[in-house]
Amino acid sequence: MIEFDYTLRTVALGAAVLGLSSGALGAFAVLRGQSLLGDAISHAALPGVALAFLLTASKAPLVLVIGAGLAGWVGTLCVMGITRTSRVPYDAALGIVLSVFFGLGMVLLTYLQARPQASQAGLDTFLFGQAAALVGRDVATMAGIGALALVLMGVFWKEFKLLLFDADFAAVQGFPVRALDIGLTTLLVVAIVIGLQTVGVVLMSALIVAPAAAARQWTDRLIGVVAGAGAFGALSGASGAILSATTARLPTGPTIVLCATAVVVVSLAFAPRRGLVSAWLRGRRNRQVLRVAGTLEDLYTLALGHADPHYPHPAATLRTMTHSPDAVEPTLDALRQQGLVEARDDAWALTGRGLAEAQRLARDRGEGRDA
Amino acid sequence: MTPTTSASGAGRGPRTTHHAPNSPAIDVADLTVAYRDEPVLWDIDLVVPEGVLMAIVGPNGAGKTTLVKAILGLLPTAAGRVEVLGQPLAATRRAVAYVPQRGSVDWDFPTSVLDVVLMGTYGRLGWIKRPGAREKADARAALEQVGMADFADRQIAQLSGGQQQRVFLARALVQDARVYLMDEPFQGVDATTERTIVALLQRLREEGKTVLVVHHDLQTVPEYFDWVLLLNVRRIAAGPVAEVFTDANLRMAYGGRVPFQARSEESGGRGQEPGTPAPLADGERQRGDGTPPHPGSPAPNPSRL
Repeated sequence: MIEFDYTLRTVALGAAVLGLSSGALGAFAVLRGQSLLGDAISHAALPGVALAFLLTASKAPLVLVIGAGLAGWVGTLCVMGITRTSRVPYDAALGIVLSVFFGLGMVLLTYLQARPQASQAGLDTFLFGQAAALVGRDVATMAGIGALALVLMGVFWKEFKLLLFDADFAAVQGFPVRALDIGLTTLLVVAIVIGLQTVGVVLMSALIVAPAAAARQWTDRLIGVVAGAGAFGALSGASGAILSATTARLPTGPTIVLCATAVVVVSLAFAPRRGLVSAWLRGRRNRQVLRVAGTLEDLYTLALGHADPHYPHPAATLRTMTHSPDAVEPTLDALRQQGLVEARDDAWALTGRGLAEAQRLARDRGEGRDA
Repeated sequence: MTPTTSASGAGRGPRTTHHAPNSPAIDVADLTVAYRDEPVLWDIDLVVPEGVLMAIVGPNGAGKTTLVKAILGLLPTAAGRVEVLGQPLAATRRAVAYVPQRGSVDWDFPTSVLDVVLMGTYGRLGWIKRPGAREKADARAALEQVGMADFADRQIAQLSGGQQQRVFLARALVQDARVYLMDEPFQGVDATTERTIVALLQRLREEGKTVLVVHHDLQTVPEYFDWVLLLNVRRIAAGPVAEVFTDANLRMAYGGRVPFQARSEESGGRGQEPGTPAPLADGERQRGDGTPPHPGSPAPNPSRL
């Protein structure tokens, strides 16, 4: 039992570390409109894993991670090269690199699988990830690499921010945009390879994109997006890994990705200001404000036809003047509570304050039309 | 260079390689920029003396933005040389400020108005160092100048188009440059912003700065600027507005269809609405083979739209 707890703790910690680094570093890629680059890099890393094992016969995480990183990097260079030297558009270049490298990786894995030695066993976990295999040493490696990448991100924060927002302006001020671009992409490669063993090449890009997309909903500050993405990534990683490790035959990568997706859905729905629920409430409030103003103006318009601006009119007349007649009575009640209209017999009339308010509305609207 | 394009205000004097006090603000020689073998700018010569407020005008696709970007070293050039304040750009970067087109960035980027303006201090801060109290004071002062002081802590996604433009101007102001290049600052802005920009241009001129502005509204050229460059892939004419902003030059730049009359001969043709250059048919403003219209070509019917 103690052994199990230790494993579970290691797994959860490892997945949290990878979620933190991929979330935080992925935020830059997402803000730059390069979400799909992460997908290409992670798929391109697969042949690197296989080749690293072929050349070194070692399954040490650092060796495989370096192989994955180099292959992912070469894949990125291919994308850049294709877009620069041909008329193939960026998204097509991503698709080409992704599928060619992934295909190559699958061929190499199949070849390794067919070999008589058993030492290659476990390499195929790089497809969908396997958190249960994580040991303390792996977590330490991941944490070390991730921390280094995050420190570099912090050191060059100002430069990266400028590159993300306005690369031309960075160039005008003398910053080497190409070098910064390569640096930022390298950090993205690092963020991806850290998670490959746990999440797998197929779904790793979700951990780059999802936490940032969720965090963007909650904050308008760059630091907030990056920190939030790191936190959401860590949360998704840890919960997904624990679920997967404690449930039989539940692959880790997909579970972590589903957890991240849940965070995204909640954020899309419930974030203040940018969330769907908040937008719906805002829309409802706006409609209500418009209805109140509309009814007030209708009463004013009717009153203009009489010498007395406080001349009462029945609700039935107002019902003919609006697109939502059913809302007239509740709106009149709301207006009476605000002291803007009063009921006289079966009819409604503007109060002194109501008249002033209606005149102000009419004036504002007139100005709005001029502007 | 055809005879009719020689209406240049400044002669090309002997060039000095060191930073001579009287070297021109911008000195472009034989500049050609091509996009996939098609010339976008063709053999441009341009000398802009210091202290000049110059409009860059020309039809769509004339290469106005390309010229600005080429001067700033943002585009690879096929041929030619650019000097700013008598030196290659790399040596005078700190003296150059840039206002890109408003639409060139993502205004939903998670950052504040003050943060965007502070980006103008990054160049002088250099690597790694963060903006401090002094830079923040500079940025707030620049926002004050464009009437946006109250918006410092606002998220940039909440700004209107005109406000976005003023933030970009403030960012260029904190660069504290001697030469300013602005790409369509008047594009689609409200009246307040237009007035702010005009006042700003005048202040920059009083301070002896040089300002190049890509501009669309021919009507306001004589009012806002002292110099004008008429561009249509080639340089059509450049110099003081009084000398080169003529009907003949405009007709040459716009391929016979001038969306506005520079010196009205009391004809019935009314100028276009400000800010809306007349839509020119593709075939008219530039012939299909990419070569610009030249003076020898038969003048198309000058009927106004």
